[in-house]
Amino acid sequence: MRKQKDKLYRGLLWGSAFLTVAVLVMIVGYIFFKGYRLISFEFIFGDYSPSGGGGIWPMIITTIYTIVISLLIATPIGICAAVYMQEYAKQGRLVNLIRFATESLTGIPSIIYGLFGAVFFVTTLKLGMSIIAASLTLTIIVLPVIIRTTEESLKTVPHSYREGSLALGTTKLQTLYKVILPSAMPGILSGIILSIGRIVGESAAIFLTAGTVAAMPSSIFSSARTLTVHSFLVTQESGDIELASAVGIVLIVIILALNLSATFISKKLNKADY
Amino acid sequence: MSAKDIKLRVNNSTLLQEANKEVKISVRNLDLFYGEKQALYSVSLDIHENEVTALIGPSGCGKSTFLRTLNRMNDLIDGVKITGNITIDHEDIYKTTDVIKLRTKVGMVFQKANLFPMSIYDNVAYGPRMQGIKNKKELNEIVENSLRGAAIWDEVKDRLKTSALGLSGGQQQRICIARAIAMKPDIILMDEPTSALDPISTLKVEELIENMKKDYTIVIVTHNMQQAARVSDKTAFFLSGEVVEYDVTSKIFSMPHDQRTEDYITGRFG
Repeated sequence: MRKQKDKLYRGLLWGSAFLTVAVLVMIVGYIFFKGYRLISFEFIFGDYSPSGGGGIWPMIITTIYTIVISLLIATPIGICAAVYMQEYAKQGRLVNLIRFATESLTGIPSIIYGLFGAVFFVTTLKLGMSIIAASLTLTIIVLPVIIRTTEESLKTVPHSYREGSLALGTTKLQTLYKVILPSAMPGILSGIILSIGRIVGESAAIFLTAGTVAAMPSSIFSSARTLTVHSFLVTQESGDIELASAVGIVLIVIILALNLSATFISKKLNKADY
Repeated sequence: MSAKDIKLRVNNSTLLQEANKEVKISVRNLDLFYGEKQALYSVSLDIHENEVTALIGPSGCGKSTFLRTLNRMNDLIDGVKITGNITIDHEDIYKTTDVIKLRTKVGMVFQKANLFPMSIYDNVAYGPRMQGIKNKKELNEIVENSLRGAAIWDEVKDRLKTSALGLSGGQQQRICIARAIAMKPDIILMDEPTSALDPISTLKVEELIENMKKDYTIVIVTHNMQQAARVSDKTAFFLSGEVVEYDVTSKIFSMPHDQRTEDYITGRFG
């Protein structure tokens, strides 16, 4: 009887795991078979032509712009905030409140951030529909992710490292830079990877702040279109599922490449520290 | 017995009349509170230069807490309040001495080896580097001398650049001692340095302590009474945050004044 129960549970667990993988394979497979015919050198590196056909190079560049700019702003601020809360602030009501706030921020639907960005960055700060407005909005979206993951990884650094370092007559800042942050680096990097995923995957907030101009952006102050927004628009406007799927393939490849390189860097860093 | 009586006893003991050795650390009427809870009661004792002083007592008696007041590691804990005073080389460490400077002068070895995830070399060179020493030759020298000082040079000299975390527990603890020595401290505090080690590694560390006392003043907290008897010159017996008895080690272990000390060292409690 107990053995049968065990078997049943094992089957259920295995089934769930299988289902997850199967769904993933199905989605990727579906996108791939729908879109792979369009993938060509011209498609990836060519300029977009609104009359149909043409490439998606402007959208790739726009996507990369948004990733780089938002991470450049969000990473240092996020890490500093996490370090402050974990290492410096007196643990108490205020810090708990900030923690609660960052946690709540991660749960807010991105369209709300988009609306805020459209009102504040685009209109009030007069940045207009632009890459920079979208990037600033994305910064707010990923900030809580970076703060949370950094804080969690700081928590895993053994207290004995801090004691060992301070007992050698080092300052708190030296201890932070030489011992604590290097030990927390893998966790911080995984937060950054998560953030890249969120940035690349975001469409609603970008749609409202960067607009939809399908041309190569001349600067970060121009309106432009990211890959996800492009994918959304071609489906909506022309029902061209094949084109949208081809864009999807490129997106998946970009995310995969970024994740792999981040993992690679994290491994490299670990090795440097032994 | 009240705290006052204890102070009297300490003052009357042979220790304070002993004039031949310099007093390195002098503690007077030290009270320590963790928030509302008092952990040390009017501790007064003198620790002499180039001697090994052992602190013994049951768990929670305050011996580790006391040890950590000597390099102000208790500062790291929120809500710790200290009254009374501690002087090292006649300087009050809670008033005049800068805490960073204090900790370069008073090294510490912890209960569990706490090497950083770096190479053996980088671990030992860590302290000096943080002091601003960049010269390669100078660092090499410090690292070699420190490792020799901790009697582990021969075991690791061929793999200085490999991870320190790959060493055995006993080796790691001796690297911790080398890391402390690298700062050229006067005093080394040891918080149950062998409690996580096997008997052979323990023996090695004890031999090392014996050899180190000509260069350093050592204060060691230990659970192991044989260890206290083997390595120390003086022993202080802590109970419930008070120093019950402080005397020459051989006296403590052969003819303690206080019944509680006798009960403890004969294994009746603790």
